[in-house]
Amino acid sequence: MALQAAAVVGELERAGVTHIVWLPDSETGYMYEAMQASQCRIVQVCREGESMAVAAGLIAGGAKPVVLIQSTGLFESGDSIRGMCLDLQLPLLLMVGYRGYFGPDRPKVDSAARYLEPILDAWGIPHHVLHSDADCHLISEGICQAQEKSHPVAVLIGQEYDQ
Amino acid sequence: MMDGLEALQVLTRIRTDEIVVLSESTRQDWPPLSTKPDLDIGITGSMSKASSFGLGLALARPDVRVWVLDTDGAMLMNMGSLVSTASAGPANLVHFLYDNGAYDTTGGQPTPGSRKVNFGEIAMAAGYRRAVTFESVEALAREIEDVLEGPLPALVWLKVASRGRRADMRMKRMRESFVTIRDYLAAHPPAR
Repeated sequence: MALQAAAVVGELERAGVTHIVWLPDSETGYMYEAMQASQCRIVQVCREGESMAVAAGLIAGGAKPVVLIQSTGLFESGDSIRGMCLDLQLPLLLMVGYRGYFGPDRPKVDSAARYLEPILDAWGIPHHVLHSDADCHLISEGICQAQEKSHPVAVLIGQEYDQ
Repeated sequence: MMDGLEALQVLTRIRTDEIVVLSESTRQDWPPLSTKPDLDIGITGSMSKASSFGLGLALARPDVRVWVLDTDGAMLMNMGSLVSTASAGPANLVHFLYDNGAYDTTGGQPTPGSRKVNFGEIAMAAGYRRAVTFESVEALAREIEDVLEGPLPALVWLKVASRGRRADMRMKRMRESFVTIRDYLAAHPPAR
């Protein structure tokens, strides 16, 4: 089962997302093309820790952003997640490339995969794994969950994007 | 080198309805001088991301003027944001750099490259439309309004003296300021 970049971007558009704050990762080969063709504005950052603060400013200004980064960048962003996402109670969806994840029944050899969900649990950030196009509804649901709770929610991209 | 408080007073005199985003030392020095504290937000606890917050705000509301009052230690910590900001190119963002050459909030230790780093050249190389440097209050008062006219984004580098460690000025907590500014902007939508 494939996870098509266009299906993901289409779901973001349907959810009313205005901006994608983004730093590419190894899972996003086709995503850039799909984002460029979308109605969402791409905001590129140089380091993942910037992305939460940019998103916070966007939300203060009335926009509806998502953050799209890789798990390793999320690890680097620890204090931005604490200070921005959690302390500001941001209704923000974090879309995180799940590096080293090959399915629920496969061993996580890469420490980037082993630590991701435990760290999100420690921060109290709800998370859902997206495996294929059939799971894209988790994006809209995650956005709704973030809005209702005024709290960040993570969707973990468990499969490389397809064309 | 200027007195930092005198430099900030020049800015408070010409401020109208700008949203002001504060970083480390400016979070201490600006609040007692501010004439519109409800439109100020001090960014804490994110490893110096005031400039990134200001970028997001400026992109969400191109009709609103945003001033980031950044500091040298914070800019060093979030240097990539200069490129992110230049790349997005908000024409409503003025990035002030309150450069006291020191980590005043931790006791006045020198920042790396203190008084040697050329922040103006770095900003221009990153793609800012303009970078200007002020070392005297008189020049700042005389020329700042012209700078604010654009082109933007611009870096306004204020070379100020270190004031050493001082008492925390107890500005509003970040979440409270965030909600106040969010609600203010929602109540003042862009003109159609």
